[in-house]
Amino acid sequence: MTVDAYSPVIGLEVHCQLNTATKMFSPCEVALLAEPNTAIDAYTLGLPGTLPVANAAAVESAVKLALALGCEVAGESRWARKHYFYPDLPKGYQITQSDHPYAIGGEVLVPGPRGREAETTSVRLTRIHMEEDAGKNIHLPGEPWSLVDYNRAGAPLVEIVSEPDIRSADEAARYLRCLREIVRYLGISQANMEEGTLRCDANVSLKQPGSDRLGTRCEIKNLNSFRFLELAIRAEIRRQRDLLQAGQKIVSATLTYDVDRDRTRVMRTKEQAADYRYMPEPDMPVLVIRPEVVARLREQLPELPAARRARYIALGISPQDAAVITGEPELSDYFDAALASGGPPQKICNWLTGELLAARNNDTRPLSQLPFVPAWLGQLIGLIDDGTISGRAAKEVFAKSYAEGIEPAAIVARDGYRQVRDTGALEAILAEILDRSHKQLAQYYGGRQQIRGYFVGQVMKATRGQADPKLVQELLSKALAARAPAAD
Amino acid sequence: MTDLTSLTASQIARGVGAGQFSVVDVATAFYDRCTYIEPALHSYLTRVPQDQVIRAAKAIDLARAQGRQLGPLAGVPVGLKDIFVTKDLATTCGSRMLEGWLPPYQGTHARRVTEAGGIVLGKLAMDEFAMGSSSENTPFTVVQNPWSKDHVAGGSSGGSAAAVSARTASVTLGSDTGGSIRQPASLCGVVGLKPTYGRVSRAGMIAFASSLDQAGPLGVCVEDVARTLQAIAGHDPADATSLTDPVPDYLAACQAPASGLRVGVDRAALERPGLQPEVRRAFEQALLVLRDCGMTVVDISRPHAHLGIACYYIICCAEAASNLARYDGLRYGPRHGEGDLQEVYRATRTAGFGPEVKRRILLGTHVLRADCYEEHYGRAMRVRTLIADDYTQAFATCDLIATPTSPVAGIARASTERDPLELYLSDMFTVGANLAGLPAISMPAGFGAGTPGLPIGLQLIAPRLAEPTLLAAAQAFENHTTWHTRRPPEPEVG
Repeated sequence: MTVDAYSPVIGLEVHCQLNTATKMFSPCEVALLAEPNTAIDAYTLGLPGTLPVANAAAVESAVKLALALGCEVAGESRWARKHYFYPDLPKGYQITQSDHPYAIGGEVLVPGPRGREAETTSVRLTRIHMEEDAGKNIHLPGEPWSLVDYNRAGAPLVEIVSEPDIRSADEAARYLRCLREIVRYLGISQANMEEGTLRCDANVSLKQPGSDRLGTRCEIKNLNSFRFLELAIRAEIRRQRDLLQAGQKIVSATLTYDVDRDRTRVMRTKEQAADYRYMPEPDMPVLVIRPEVVARLREQLPELPAARRARYIALGISPQDAAVITGEPELSDYFDAALASGGPPQKICNWLTGELLAARNNDTRPLSQLPFVPAWLGQLIGLIDDGTISGRAAKEVFAKSYAEGIEPAAIVARDGYRQVRDTGALEAILAEILDRSHKQLAQYYGGRQQIRGYFVGQVMKATRGQADPKLVQELLSKALAARAPAAD
Repeated sequence: MTDLTSLTASQIARGVGAGQFSVVDVATAFYDRCTYIEPALHSYLTRVPQDQVIRAAKAIDLARAQGRQLGPLAGVPVGLKDIFVTKDLATTCGSRMLEGWLPPYQGTHARRVTEAGGIVLGKLAMDEFAMGSSSENTPFTVVQNPWSKDHVAGGSSGGSAAAVSARTASVTLGSDTGGSIRQPASLCGVVGLKPTYGRVSRAGMIAFASSLDQAGPLGVCVEDVARTLQAIAGHDPADATSLTDPVPDYLAACQAPASGLRVGVDRAALERPGLQPEVRRAFEQALLVLRDCGMTVVDISRPHAHLGIACYYIICCAEAASNLARYDGLRYGPRHGEGDLQEVYRATRTAGFGPEVKRRILLGTHVLRADCYEEHYGRAMRVRTLIADDYTQAFATCDLIATPTSPVAGIARASTERDPLELYLSDMFTVGANLAGLPAISMPAGFGAGTPGLPIGLQLIAPRLAEPTLLAAAQAFENHTTWHTRRPPEPEVG
C-alpha cells in the first residue's frame, strides 16, 4: 500500500464567543480586555445561592447562526451540566447542551482554493449548541502557583460541530474561514482566533481506500490560528499514516500541536479521558424557541457572503476578487454602496482592492467611518473615463481625497488636475523640449527607442502631470518623424 | 404587660399597625429572650448584633409614625435558616466549608422579609448543606428539641422549628428538599409549609438538590405561616424556575370555608413498617377532626409511593454532588493543603465536608457516572414521573391528601453514628411532595404517649399551586384543635 492510499477524514468543533453585552447566564458585563477579575459578579464566581438565567440576546444570536447555516432550530431544547474540577470553572460544572441541542443539521458551502473559488464543497453540520465559557488560568513560568482570571467565565459561546466531511488541512482552513465570515456578517461575534473569540478543535482519522469504515479518530485541541490548524492537521495525518504503515493501531486520543517541532503530541488516551457526568441542568427550564421568534430572526438575516459572491460574479467580477471583497463584511458593504452610486463594477473593484485597501493598511478606522465615502470611487472613475484626469493624476487625487475627506472632483478643480489636451499648447511645449534635447534626439535617431519616455516625461513635468499621455505620445511621434534627419 | 414573645406573628403585625406596642419593644423582647435561652437551645448559628436589630426596629416604627404602608411582617422578628444568603452576615449552610464567608450580596428571601417589615434576628441551625433529618449533621453545636433535651429538633431545618417553638423567633424560614421544613415542624409541634416548587425563589438559597429544594415558612399557627408566605412568594427574575403565576391572598385563603373538601388517604401507606402506633392513632384522630370540619375522607391509592425514598435519594444525591462541586476553597471558604492543585482539592474537601455530605457526594457522583447513569439516575427520573402521575390521578378524586408527617413522635439524640438508612426512611411521607413539586403543610396533631409527650404532626398535600386550599383546610383543622396552643417547657438555662 502506498503512502497516499490513506485518505484523511476530518471534522471540526468550532467555538465562537457571542458578542453580547452580558454573559450567557447572568447580567454581568462581558469585557475581555478589562483588568483581570473586574468583569465578574456573584454568579460568575459560582458564589453559593446564585442561579443561572439565560441571556435572551445570546439565544437570538445563536438562532441567527443556526438559520444562516440551514440548521433545524429545535422548538424545545435542554441545558445540561458537564462536570470537571478545574480552577477556571467556578461551579465545578459548565452549563452546556448535550442530548438536546438547540440546532441540528445544517451545511456550509466552502469555496474552493484560491483561483478555484467556484469549486465549492459541502461540509454538513451535526449540530450547534450553546454554553458558557470558562475563565482563564495563567501559569507563570517558574512560579509554584497559578493565577485565574474570571472575566471570560460565563461568556456566551456557541459550539458548531461538523460532520467528518472535510478531506484536507487546506479545506479545513477554508471551512473555518467560511464560518468566520458568516458569523461576522451576522454581526454576532468578533470571531477572532488571536483573541480567542474563535477557537477550533479538529478530529482527524485516516480511511483506507475502498473502505467505508472510518479509522480511529484523534482530537487535536486548541488550534488558535488558521496556520496552526493546517499545520496540526498535516502533522496528525503524518503521525497516523506512519503508525499505520508501521503496522500499528491508532489509539483514540486527545492531542496537542507542538509548534516548535511541528508535530502532534498525545495528551491523554480515551481510557484516561474524564467522565463528565452529564446531567440535566435542574436550575434551567426547557429552552423554548417560538416559531414566531425564528420567523422574525429569519427576516432579519443579512445577505450572506456566498450570496454576495454569486451576485458579484454575475456582475463580471472574478471569483477571486469576489472572495477578497466578501472576506470582510465591511468591505463588501462598502463595495455595495459604491456600486449603488454608479460606476463600472470591475473598475470599482480594482480601486477598492487596490488603492483603498492599500491606504487602509495604515489606518485603524473602520471602513464605514472613512472620510472617503463609497460614492467617490465611482466619481473618481468617471473623471478618468471621461478624460478629465489621467490615471496617474487619479492616484494623487485619490490620496488627497482620502487624506482630506474632500470629494475627488473638488480636489481636481482645486489643485488643477484637469488634463491638458490642447494640441497647440502641447505641440509648443514639445517643440521647446525637443529644441533643447540635442543629445537625446541623437540617441533616439541612433536607434534608442526607449528615449521617447524621456520626452514624454519632460512634457508631463512641464504640464505638472496634466497632459493627456495618449495625446502626448501621438504628438511626439509626429514631431520626431518631422525632425528625422534625411537619409543619406 | 404581655410577654410580647408569646404573641403570634399576626398579633404582632396587627399590634404594631394599631400602635399597641413599638417594634423596638417587640425586637428587644425577642432579642433578650434569645440571649437568655440560646445557651441551652442553640437554635441560632449567628445572631444579628443588638444595635442592628434595634436600628431595623426603629425604621419600622418610623415608617408607621410617618403613616407609611406596613408590610405583612411589620415588626415581626424573623429567623432565617443558615441556608439563606444574607449580605454581610455570616452564612455557613451548617458547614465548615463556608465558615468565615461573608456574602457580598443579599438573597431574595432576606430581602423580601425585610421589605415586608420583618426584623431579621439571625441565622438558624441546620444539618450541613440541609442533608439530614436531625440537625445533628453539623460541625457546630446541635440544636435541641424544646420539648425534650434528649431529642433532636428534626431536620434539616431543626433550628427554624425549634426557634418558633421556643419563641426565639416569631416566624422562621426553612428549606424543604425531602421534608426538611415539615418533619422538624412536626417534631417541634409547630406549623411548617413547603410551597409548590417555584412558588418561592431559590435565588439566595444555597442549593442542595435544585429540582427539589423549596423555601417555606414555619410559625406557631396557620395564619403566621400564611402571612410569611405572602411576604416571600412570587416570581423572581433571578430564578429561571420561579413561577410567574400571580400570588393569591393567603390570609384571605385561611378564612375560606373548608367544608366539602375531599381528603384522600392512602390506607396502604399506613401499613408500612416504621410508622409508630401512637403516630397512627393521632393520625386517625386527625381524620375525625377533618370530618368534624365538614370535610369528607376518601380512599386513594398511590401505587408507586413505596419507590419514593429510593427515587428521592438517587436524585437528591446526584444533584447535591453537582451543586457542591463548587466548594473547592479557591474563591471563598477555608482552603487546605499545601501541595499541587489535586492536593488542595482533596485536603479542602476532606476538611470542609462532614461525613453525611461526603456520603451523598460519593453516592451522587456514582449514579451520574456515564456507565451507571441509565441504571440509577435515568431510572429514578422515570420513577419520579410515575410518582407525580400518581398524585395527578389521586387528585382527580380528592382535593387534599392527608398523611402523618414523621412516622415517629420523636427522635432521640444519637450518642453514636446513626445508621443512615434508618434516618432516610423517616422521610417516607414527605419526599413525595418534593418529587412531584406539590405544596404540603405539617401542623400539630397530637402528642406521643411517652414522658415527655412529644409532638406529632399531620401532613396535608395539595395540587400544584393549591396553597389556598391547603391553608383553608389547615386553618379549619386548627380551629377545631388546641394542639398548636401547647408550649414546650422553658429550657433549663445555666
